[in-house]
Amino acid sequence: MFGTGLLKGLGVTLKHALDTFDDDRESVPDRYRGSLDLGNNRRVIKQPIDQEGLLTIQYPEEKRLLPERFRYIPMLIWDSEKDEDRCTACGICAKVCPPQCIWIVRDSDEDGKPLTRASEFYIDAAVCMSCSFCVEFCPFDAIKMNHDYELAVYDRYPQLVYDMAELTVPLEYYAALWPTQFEEEETRRREEEEKKRRQEEEKAARLAAKQAEAAEKPADAPAAPKRSAAELQQLARERAAQRQAQAADGGSSEDDAAAAKKTRMEELKRKAQERARQRKLESGE
Amino acid sequence: MSQATVVAEAPADELDLGPELADAVEGAWAEDTEKTYVIAPDRILDVLRHLRDVQGYDFLSNLTCVDYKGYGGKLRADVDARLEIVYNLYNTRRGGGSIGLHVRVPEDETVPSATSLYAGANLQEREVYDLFGVKFEGHPNLRRILLWDGFNGHPMRKDWQEAYFEEDVKPFRSRHPKGEYAFHEDKIPWAKNTTYPAGWDPDSWQEPVAYVPVSQAPHHENEPHLDTESIVVNLGPHHPSTHGVFRMLTRVEGETILALEPEMGYLHRNHEKIGERNTWLMNMPFTDRLDYLNSMSNNWSYALAVEKLAGIEVPERAEYLRVIMAEFTRIVNHTWSIGFILNDLGALQTPALYAIEEREMILDLFEAVSGARMMCNYMRFGGVVRDLPEGWHEQAAYLANERLPRALDELDTLLTENEILKARGRGVGYLPVEDLIALSVSGPMIRAGGLAYDIRKAEPYGIYDRFDFDVPTLPNSDIYDRYYIRLLEAMESVRILQQALRDIPEGETLGGRGGYTLRAPEGEVYSRIEAPKGELGFYLASDGKVAPWRYHVRSPSYINLNALGPMSIGYKVADAIVILGAIDIVLGEVDR
Repeated sequence: MFGTGLLKGLGVTLKHALDTFDDDRESVPDRYRGSLDLGNNRRVIKQPIDQEGLLTIQYPEEKRLLPERFRYIPMLIWDSEKDEDRCTACGICAKVCPPQCIWIVRDSDEDGKPLTRASEFYIDAAVCMSCSFCVEFCPFDAIKMNHDYELAVYDRYPQLVYDMAELTVPLEYYAALWPTQFEEEETRRREEEEKKRRQEEEKAARLAAKQAEAAEKPADAPAAPKRSAAELQQLARERAAQRQAQAADGGSSEDDAAAAKKTRMEELKRKAQERARQRKLESGE
Repeated sequence: MSQATVVAEAPADELDLGPELADAVEGAWAEDTEKTYVIAPDRILDVLRHLRDVQGYDFLSNLTCVDYKGYGGKLRADVDARLEIVYNLYNTRRGGGSIGLHVRVPEDETVPSATSLYAGANLQEREVYDLFGVKFEGHPNLRRILLWDGFNGHPMRKDWQEAYFEEDVKPFRSRHPKGEYAFHEDKIPWAKNTTYPAGWDPDSWQEPVAYVPVSQAPHHENEPHLDTESIVVNLGPHHPSTHGVFRMLTRVEGETILALEPEMGYLHRNHEKIGERNTWLMNMPFTDRLDYLNSMSNNWSYALAVEKLAGIEVPERAEYLRVIMAEFTRIVNHTWSIGFILNDLGALQTPALYAIEEREMILDLFEAVSGARMMCNYMRFGGVVRDLPEGWHEQAAYLANERLPRALDELDTLLTENEILKARGRGVGYLPVEDLIALSVSGPMIRAGGLAYDIRKAEPYGIYDRFDFDVPTLPNSDIYDRYYIRLLEAMESVRILQQALRDIPEGETLGGRGGYTLRAPEGEVYSRIEAPKGELGFYLASDGKVAPWRYHVRSPSYINLNALGPMSIGYKVADAIVILGAIDIVLGEVDR
């Protein structure tokens, strides 16, 4: 009969209308299931795969819980325990970058000898295509993807050209954003260190046995420092010189710069705690 | 007309053209290259005619050009001709692989146009003319297509350099360790980075609005007693119904379309030139931006081509993951396209919003596995970049087994029997399937015309030969069938997903050798997949270096537009909008 198709279709729209209407009238609509209430109408929404009713989210009050692998703009990892940047300025990220939006100045000492750290590191966020190749190919786990996506600014230059200070985040921040991957990396690192330590112990034991055999006198296992004492001294001298130069410039004093960095790192750590709280929600704790 | 599904059969071993054409073949293109032959330029039409009429190679899939100026490889050590036109032909009744033909052309010489034999060569030859400057003799409308008329030079030539040219191939040496970077803003480009062709004046030039095919369109003679006048109307470029920045130049008489010409290139960024500047791996995230609704299948097609060229193996689990992602993306595409066909018909938003609810869930899954909803960048040479996160498989299985079948059935109830949709769609935009094949149209469009040609069956890639699924066909070749075929295909995708998610084994997801230092061996490859919009192919040529020598995308959206004009003639303006919608184009892929 002419019109039955229309009526059946209208039945579907009626069902949808009733479902969403009903859902919206509930004190807890289906889209709030398992969400985190931040107060003041702000929510982090989990959006379960079997969600029914109204699927739209009231951004910016309501935001989706981002999956761990979400990638936006890269960030550089600052190891807060060791108080050093993980980046060694090897330049692999700049080489694999498809739009070539990373550029790095490798640091060098007074003699012009290159050092294993960057003095400048920039990412043009307006050009970055969020492909994550820099992260994939970094051999030092020094560059990771940030989840921060609200980056709107009034001018592309210089606000969207991120320098090292803007890119650097503490390790805790990364650990909170990428807990699974961070755990995997730490396990791998521990295993490698363990393996290295065992190899060195064995080597030392062999050496000791040899020496004991030769001179009947035990010897200590030689430590394998990451950097030689001379190199460390050199680094310390350079840092001091840099700080002095900054202070002499009359710009930001050493204390100001340190304070600014400290404030930023604290802020990021707070963010990390907030994210860790959201994560718990995802795991259903 | 419904017929058995086309499956791959073993094609003939040798190119046998018979005694008359034996002298047309100058030889195989390379010793170890299968079924690629060099043909004398003046005999190419005879060879094409023979292949089409006698051997049944009725589908001109790919027509492109390669500029070999400065080529460092061994394969062409003793060849002088600078340019090579490449043809890839398929048999749509028998399945199986392609026959490749090359024609060597010295600079400034013309090639006979294939448009008289394969109407689908139209847009592809125009693109070659635009980007390489090769002139095709006998082409009905040889104008620039992606670039504007005042553009100086032909950008795909190896000696052409873009504004702010830095180096031939990335990575640029300036970035590390000295860290130099020049902002284009600092260079003040206005008025200084534009050169015009000789004799071209921007002030006196006028756009040829009424050029040959539109201005000479036949006068409508059905109503002789009315003294009507036909006028030229532009639909677009800025209009929601054109699905992006795209222009339909039409000549109408009243509401009836007498001639229609697609005008494109507004989103052109010379993807292929960028592809030649990039290293092999760098192109992967750029393919996301072609058909930005289906980045997963774009990734797969490119990865497949490079794997074929470099001989890279893919682990079992990665093959399953690729199928899962590609079929999810097909559902994403088809629900989106169904929604927007209905939008174009005037059923504003309701079907579209219902259709993309499930798309939302699939995009959430893509985001969880790859880190991005649309620009997935998930596949690598030799597998996929990461394994599934915890809990992903259960969610995907829930979608494939419960939510998606239910949602597609609901769409079916909502739309398929709808009398308004039938009245608007039945018999509109009709073109027989033989014409569609001649116009190089592929994908759901030809299956809605009754030809069960699907590359997943006709030339299986990946592990598609292991799954039990059908190739749905519909007989009428109108926009109603083009709507319905997409729904049926999405249902078949659900079947494949259920099997793949059930059978997926544990194991590695990424084989070795496909990293950023890849140097593909010298040679060429044309590889294609059944993307949601049709046949997505990549033609790659390598000279054994870090970057592709030639990187060409055979994009279904672009080539399917061949049929837009022929399909629209005689219908109303409002129908032309839906006819375009039912081709299902994405301008990121059309303009490249």
